[in-house]
Amino acid sequence: MQTPAPVDYARATSVDHALQLLEQHGEDARVIAGGHSLIPMMRLRIASPTTLIDLNDLDELKGIRVEGNEIVIGAMTRHAEVLDSAILAEHYPIFREAEKLIADPVVRNRGTVGGSMCQADPSEDLSAVGSALGGTVVIRSKSGSRTVPIREFHFGPYMTQVADGEILTEVRFPIRPGAGSAYEKVERRVGDWPVASAGVFVVVRDGVVSDCGIGLTAVGAEHFSAPGAEEFLVGKAPTEENLAQAAAIAADSCSPVSDQRGPADYKKHLAQELTLRALRRAVAASQGA
Amino acid sequence: MDVTINVNGTDYIRDIEPRMLLVHFIREELGLRGTHWGCDTSNCGTCVVWVDDEPVKSCTMLAVMADGHRVKTVEGLEGPDGLDPIQQGFIECHGLQCGFCTPGMMMTGRWLIDKNPDISEEEIREGISGQICRCTGYKNIVEAIRWAAEHPKGSEVTA
Ligand SMILES: Cc1cc2nc3c(=O)[nH]c(=O)nc-3n(C[C@H](O)[C@H](O)[C@H](O)COP(=O)(O)OP(=O)(O)OC[C@H]3O[C@@H](n4cnc5c(N)ncnc54)[C@H](O)[C@@H]3O)c2cc1C
Ligand code: FES
Ligand code: FES
Repeated sequence: MQTPAPVDYARATSVDHALQLLEQHGEDARVIAGGHSLIPMMRLRIASPTTLIDLNDLDELKGIRVEGNEIVIGAMTRHAEVLDSAILAEHYPIFREAEKLIADPVVRNRGTVGGSMCQADPSEDLSAVGSALGGTVVIRSKSGSRTVPIREFHFGPYMTQVADGEILTEVRFPIRPGAGSAYEKVERRVGDWPVASAGVFVVVRDGVVSDCGIGLTAVGAEHFSAPGAEEFLVGKAPTEENLAQAAAIAADSCSPVSDQRGPADYKKHLAQELTLRALRRAVAASQGA
Repeated sequence: MDVTINVNGTDYIRDIEPRMLLVHFIREELGLRGTHWGCDTSNCGTCVVWVDDEPVKSCTMLAVMADGHRVKTVEGLEGPDGLDPIQQGFIECHGLQCGFCTPGMMMTGRWLIDKNPDISEEEIREGISGQICRCTGYKNIVEAIRWAAEHPKGSEVTA
């Protein structure tokens, strides 16, 4: 039987209160969102925070809304809500496609967008979605809010820009009229973490790719992204040949490691094939839009 | 730390350590052994209970996080008129063998039908995909949940 180490607990009633509690309880205090990464780590004693600050009552951090030409997702929005969101289904089907494959319906009732981003597991699916779409992350501390580009948010496995005394409050994505998007994942069994995943958006205008984003997870892509492949594709016709070339460049820029989920060369193969499949579908969606 | 957790309609006030998992609170503090505890890795789903009307893996939630909330366990399914249709469905369709996964399957199954009374076999399979059964091969579990969907609460139940 695995039991977390002794820990104190405090429930925040507002973001300001949470920030105050973080300060009061010192650097070994941690916020807890869905707890579906943190509690497993506490059971294994990989994580032993001294105090947990519970964000689950913070309605101000929940929900998905359109603000100007951005979509804003609150940090405490659950996977289940992302999956069911009409706003996201309209603008970015990539979310629905990814969420359907993240864990299982019961886990999705608890796990949150903010928790996924902050956990920064090198196989996190939403990190690939975020990197594909670009956008920004809003981080708050007692001294105010700051905005960080999503591709600068993660700077290594389990490492993010969120410093002691800070909380991620929301993630913002630009709306791109006419964009198509798609997510492809290979997992060992239903509900498992990816062996590899690729997510993309593409805007095709006047027969050429005018904008695109490629995100990859579990394959050692820097910042979960493939900027070289994007550069190659923008300005070109979305022919099968060009898409295949972009996918090859994306896979080339990855450095997967062999582990229990599969050997490195297989993961590299998947990075290429899944990027290609996602590109094909996103191009078709953009052309149909 | 003092908590008040409403389980199956009764408020329980207990002084617990914040590190206690909800599954252990239910089983050890309250003695409600219907909720099982199986894997320690958040994968098997035999520990599923409802927290405020939604199924949750109770091994992956601290009991203190349920302070002030409502929890429903398999013991809370049966109503004054007898078994819940989901329980009856498992009897009718032979939805269990050893019974270890059954409480979690019933709690998720009840939620799935409440959300979607006309749920398809495929949707049921996806709905219980975070829960493992080592015995049945799932076929009869899916049929049991379908049976419950076709025999809503209040309709005539064959004994
Ligand atoms: C069985 C199982 C299968 C899974 N499968 C997948 C999968 O296929 N793909 C996938 O991507 N994920 C998967 N996950 C992970 C799941 O998506 C988690 O819910 C998610 O990684 C963490 O979200 P959480 O809200 O539970 O975060 P928590 O566990 O509460 O927190 C995680 C970390 O983030 C910090 N944190 C949380 N919120 C904030 C915030 N607002 N500001 C600052 N720091 C914060 C916490 O302090 C902690 O360090 C799986 C999990 C389980 C249990
Ligand atoms: S005991 Fe909770 S998922 Fe296995
Ligand atoms: S009936 Fe034995 S595990 Fe499901």
